Amino acid sequence: MIYFDNAATTLHKPDCVKGAVLQALDAMGNSGRGVHDASLYAGRTIYRAREALAKLLGVGAPENVVFTANATESLNLAISGLFQPGDHVITTVCEHNSVLRPLYRLQGVELSFLPIKRRTEVEAVGTGADRVKDTGILAYNELESLLRPNTKALIITHASNLTGNITDLERAAAFAKKHSLLLIVDAAQTAGAVPIDMERMGIDVLCFTGHKGLYGPQGTGGVCVRPGLSIRPLKVGGSGIHSFDREHPSEMPAALEAGTLNGHGIAGLGAAACWLLETGVEQIRAREQTLLRRFVDGVKEVEGVTLYGNPDLDRRTGIQSLNIRDYDSARVADWLYEDYGIAVRGGAHCAPLMHEALGTREQGAVRFSFSYFNTEAEADEAAAAVRELAEE
Amino acid sequence: MRKKTEALVISFGTTTEAMKMERHCEKEGLPGRLIPIPREITAGCGMAWKAKPGEKELLQQAMLEAAIRWEGMYTLEL
Repeated sequence: MIYFDNAATTLHKPDCVKGAVLQALDAMGNSGRGVHDASLYAGRTIYRAREALAKLLGVGAPENVVFTANATESLNLAISGLFQPGDHVITTVCEHNSVLRPLYRLQGVELSFLPIKRRTEVEAVGTGADRVKDTGILAYNELESLLRPNTKALIITHASNLTGNITDLERAAAFAKKHSLLLIVDAAQTAGAVPIDMERMGIDVLCFTGHKGLYGPQGTGGVCVRPGLSIRPLKVGGSGIHSFDREHPSEMPAALEAGTLNGHGIAGLGAAACWLLETGVEQIRAREQTLLRRFVDGVKEVEGVTLYGNPDLDRRTGIQSLNIRDYDSARVADWLYEDYGIAVRGGAHCAPLMHEALGTREQGAVRFSFSYFNTEAEADEAAAAVRELAEE
Repeated sequence: MRKKTEALVISFGTTTEAMKMERHCEKEGLPGRLIPIPREITAGCGMAWKAKPGEKELLQQAMLEAAIRWEGMYTLEL
């Protein structure tokens, strides 16, 4: 199988990640619930994972890295813990349902959505890539018009999980800073794949998952919180500390980490973060870009193929979504798997507003997503398969 | 009855802070080890750093430099 569904989960993990999980399964007790070797093994492993992730993501202190099960939990935690009725939040049409649904659920919180650039503006970009039907680039110049007196935050993805477009976070951060808004970033698609420096970029809350670009196990993720920012916890309970207090402790990271953590998974995530620090995120990105370019070059001139996303591939993660004629994207995904052994994802990708913006609500899109461990030969094979299906 | 000896005990607010202490001491070759918090101390975290009473100033200076937040420092008969 050629695996190009890495934006969902990276399939191939570094050996050190597998080794760390296995070792943890053998030796790990419960962190902070005892002071014997097994418990300390857990505490040390989790602490070192915090340290590595803080370094990787530019978080000032390890205690500001909070572990969760995934980006969805992180976003639920941030969104349900920072707002109250009467607040206004600006977000974008690029968001995943893990941002949209927690926002829709908030009672009495007003929402505004930053749209994508209109077609005329897209043409003005002067791409020359006539087969790029729609770029899905955000209309940043409209941010100011969405502002209200009660606006509290800008919640924005660092990269669309559908188009792979990387958000201009510098621009978003400048807007947030100018109006004293919280900047909450969904880094599900970028942590490990695109350089991130939370402090330097002026991010208040950074939500990530472990199983995609960080090359860790599923069931791991986290939220990095700017020092001094207090978030109401999503859950309270066992913390291993202050046992006789009726209230959950407020010290970070315990404040947001009730219950036993996924220590075995975090062992793998920590090893993955160390591997990324050694390999270098820039290296990872360069590799994915090579594969993306190779694939795009192989399909961009094909009659009947519509590509989505920013034609400037330097502003993209390792994702190319496309459609072939008016074929159902789910059928195309299945043909690719059945006839060519290529695993991709069709359908809606939990990004309803992005599909509506691109006009692909009914058809969906076929998403190819590359990882550091894919090869040029695999990219060529996938491009050949797309050409063959389009020419049939 | 076990013979007791005087020890320096440093308590922390969270497990993470205790882990930070251990990691720092290990890197810098500083003395001590983590122990379960003695019942004489009311502290957040269930673990504490145990060292010799004479090592108090050395450790206090190290914690200040590394921004490690401790809850309390005690000399106890353990």
